[in-house]
Amino acid sequence: MANIISDETIEYVGILAKLELSPEEKEAAKRDMGKMLDYIDKLNELDTSGAEPMSHVFPVSNVFREDVVTNGDDRENMLKNAPQQKGGAFKVPKTVE
Amino acid sequence: MDILDLTAVELGRKIKAGEIGVAEAAEASLAQIRELEPELNCYVTVDEENVRKQAARVQKEIDDGVLCGPLAGVPMAVKDNMCLAGLPTTCSSKILENFVPAYTAEAVERLIKEGAVVLGKTNMDEFAMGSTTETSAFGETKNPWNPAHVPGGSSGGSCAAVAAGECFYALGSDTGGSIRQPSSFCGVTGIKPTYGTVSRYGLIAYGSSLDQIGPIARSVPDCAAILETIAFQDKKDSTSILREDCDFTSALVDDVSGMRIGIPTDYLGEGLDDEVRAAVLAAAKTLEEKGAVVEEFDLSLAEYAIPAYYVIASAEASSNLSRFDGVKYGYRTKEYEGLHNMYKKSRSEGFGEEVKRRIMLGSFVLSSGYYDAYYLKALRTKALIKQAFDRAFARYDVILGPTAPSTAPRLGESLGDPLKMYLGDIYTIAVNLAGLPGMSVPCGCDSRGLPIGLQLIGDCFKEKNLIRAGYAYECTRSYEMPKMARQKAEKEAEQEVQ
Amino acid sequence: MGKQYETVIGLEVHVELATKTKIFCGCSTEFGGAPNTHTCPVCTGMPGSLPVLNKQVVEYALAVGLATNCKIHQYCKFDRKNYFYPDNPQNYQISQLYLPICHDGWVEIGTAAGKKKIGIHEIHMEEDAGKLVHDEWEDCSLVDYNRSGVPLIEIVSEPDMRSADEVIAYLEKLRLIIQYLGASDCKLQEGSMRADVNLSVRETGAKEFGTRTEMKNLNSFKAIARAIEGERNRQIELLEDGRKVIQETRRWDDNKESSHAMRSKEDAQDYRYFPDPDLVPVIISDEWIARIQAQQPELRTEKLGRYQTEYQLPQYDAEILTGSKHLADIFEETVALCNRPKEVSNWLMTDGMRLLKEHGQEPEDISFAPENLAKLVELVDNNVINRTVARSVFEAVFADNVDPSRYVEEKGLKVVNDTNQLRQVIEKILQENPQSVADYKAGKQKAMGFVVGQTMRAMKGKADPAVVNELAKELLENE
Repeated sequence: MANIISDETIEYVGILAKLELSPEEKEAAKRDMGKMLDYIDKLNELDTSGAEPMSHVFPVSNVFREDVVTNGDDRENMLKNAPQQKGGAFKVPKTVE
Repeated sequence: MDILDLTAVELGRKIKAGEIGVAEAAEASLAQIRELEPELNCYVTVDEENVRKQAARVQKEIDDGVLCGPLAGVPMAVKDNMCLAGLPTTCSSKILENFVPAYTAEAVERLIKEGAVVLGKTNMDEFAMGSTTETSAFGETKNPWNPAHVPGGSSGGSCAAVAAGECFYALGSDTGGSIRQPSSFCGVTGIKPTYGTVSRYGLIAYGSSLDQIGPIARSVPDCAAILETIAFQDKKDSTSILREDCDFTSALVDDVSGMRIGIPTDYLGEGLDDEVRAAVLAAAKTLEEKGAVVEEFDLSLAEYAIPAYYVIASAEASSNLSRFDGVKYGYRTKEYEGLHNMYKKSRSEGFGEEVKRRIMLGSFVLSSGYYDAYYLKALRTKALIKQAFDRAFARYDVILGPTAPSTAPRLGESLGDPLKMYLGDIYTIAVNLAGLPGMSVPCGCDSRGLPIGLQLIGDCFKEKNLIRAGYAYECTRSYEMPKMARQKAEKEAEQEVQ
Repeated sequence: MGKQYETVIGLEVHVELATKTKIFCGCSTEFGGAPNTHTCPVCTGMPGSLPVLNKQVVEYALAVGLATNCKIHQYCKFDRKNYFYPDNPQNYQISQLYLPICHDGWVEIGTAAGKKKIGIHEIHMEEDAGKLVHDEWEDCSLVDYNRSGVPLIEIVSEPDMRSADEVIAYLEKLRLIIQYLGASDCKLQEGSMRADVNLSVRETGAKEFGTRTEMKNLNSFKAIARAIEGERNRQIELLEDGRKVIQETRRWDDNKESSHAMRSKEDAQDYRYFPDPDLVPVIISDEWIARIQAQQPELRTEKLGRYQTEYQLPQYDAEILTGSKHLADIFEETVALCNRPKEVSNWLMTDGMRLLKEHGQEPEDISFAPENLAKLVELVDNNVINRTVARSVFEAVFADNVDPSRYVEEKGLKVVNDTNQLRQVIEKILQENPQSVADYKAGKQKAMGFVVGQTMRAMKGKADPAVVNELAKELLENE
């Protein structure tokens, strides 16, 4: 395997992605990601220097809405699925400064 | 005659003519669901009471002349990554197990306005990540042709339900082949439209630049009629496109004379099952005999589509799925210490293995120091793949090939080696990267009795070419239903005899 | 002798745009609704929802960019900035990193050493976050998404400022420009204008910049000045001790007059920006730019000149009046109604400014209607009330936006010029003050002033002074 994923990298990706892995899962993740990256490295065979990165396939642009209020109070529906709520707000663990 | 033998459009015609009642059709579907679900598990949610209410309302609107479209009253199913107000929408994930949206996906809304009776929500690979419907948190769906095999994925529940007669048509979504591949494995027809043809509003995103909703049904005319209903420019989806050629049913013409069809040699090489190759080439021969001009050509770049896809789709997914955090909706872990621990535990417990794998890969390829090497490289590759298709479509009206390298694998065979599973998408993935329309049409079965799919690919906005070619081919064959779907009809027939 | 240090400051200024709706959905941006009453699937990050860009946001951003001499990226895009926080419902913020709408501009400020250009690195469009409130009772936090998705522009300056004075001059300048454009009300206290300060120090004469820190939570010009001073001293102390400044984000506590680092091990500060696939590029044509350019309202400098030529106001008055867009608007609207520029200016400059000062308010807080000030001017002009009474009426207009005509009527404040009534009052005063009459006869003109004053007092200030003067003279002569 050309791409060796370190413990630090998996730890770091866990922080970015907000995922917590057990030691076994970590090992599997290191192996899987290394294998995938090896496979993805196949792209390096390709000379892409002449190609612009293409995020949108079609040249669509300037899709706008007018500045007109269309939504009313829909709080009940927005809060309906909240795991915890209080006083019309979503309740979360204390956010530390 | 059994109602379940009808295609969606045939049923719609009979309902309109008053020969079959909407309730009768819905009950037939519900009966089939009750009969086969214990074995197949195509659905995550079926709400019988709600189905009966819808049927009564639709019947009234048909009788009042309010509804007169070809699909009015026809029972159908929706993949569980499309929101439907008031019904759980889970993406087959524990993290959304109890999520009930207050809004309906625009594509579904269009069908409901035309009188669709929604039977329920179909099973899928979790968040559409997978090719077998085995990554569902609610158990795998089985292939109606042989329940020891997978139905394909990620729209496996939709395709299996159509094949099994548990609905007359269904909506699926296709990010890298998720409509076409399970259609192929289940012996049904499915279209992935040109990107931007169907609104993504209300479709829970996986890879936003690749996702597209499309129809799954038993016949090409059904798919054409469904697509005609759901295609429109939606002001709520900035990437949806204004099209003036959405009269897809007008392309249902049994004539391919002069149509130029190219078969990429890249799609016939190593890794392709011999029986699949033979069936696909036989189908090409059939079209040639009907007057199409068929030749092989070199598409090139086929092997780069999968790595480019996994970079782009995983990157987008890592961002799209970050909203599932236990704050606003969905699963929140029971015990936690502080905010970040709540995030981590909720997400780690709520997401399945394959989803976590892709979120991590996506987070990594976007992270500081890797963005250019992976993400931009993949976007450049995407541009080259688009160019390769542009060159091909300068010469051909339709590209023809297999939908998948093999027929449906056995349950449990695929998940052990993710990379191998990803390689199964080799013929479908490039179509999503280039935003093209693609269709899978059944073209026979292998020696084990498992269906084979023929893939037709068109240039952007040229669904009509696919529909025409697919229809002409379909006219040479008759629809095959899996034996299992007939069980009930046969049982009833037996009872009558006794 | 100790080393000399130079402070190097750049600002990131967030401005909430004055649109009616949010940047990506049709929810109202109005302040003060109950929690989550201005929300929808888009601005709460519900699965399957999609953003659609509010055109007015682009127009405002363009207007600000053009007014600050920026170049325009005529092909611009939105990117996702990925980080987890409960006020950020999608856990990514839609912003612009790679192709911000405006770049490479400048504004000119006045400093003690003369005029100075402050470079603007870029201006980009983005969405605001929701609000987190700490609940002491349950020791948890509560999230309100009413502000989530309110449009912002972030104006990133070059590190061109060297003192708190320059920073405040730059902020004042931006505020005036943006207020004049109508793109925002730019209230620091209410958070519609927010400044993050990037600050480093270096030995005077050094070429390289020092390591900078970013200071957040600055809610007033005073807090900004204190934070700059505090951070400058903190960094110098570190360097003097032979320690290093760490590049970090710090939160200013204006009560304690100190800051603390906002770092946490769960914050990787790696935002994984990538183009938002849900939004399409914005292409800004030459015509569009020309149209915005043509629509640009008169900015402060032009207004300042016009007030002096068109209204004949002294430069000082013109500067005060144009120093707030709101004040200038009230001035012009009032003048349009009564056509008495000097008079209106006087009211605003003297009694208006005095009252603001007494109440500790800003010109933006003036809430009376221009028609009421115009009416007041007319009442004075038509001699319905006299100047003394007018000042008390102005106070009522200023405080409660009263209708002056009705107020004068109800309170009985009209000028009394009924000669019979006044004659009787004066005669009574003369009878009670024979000494004054004698003084007058003896040629002491001052005695007349006393009589007039007593009369005005007896009339509670409502008498027409001209009439009183005339009558007093006549009666004294005839005595």
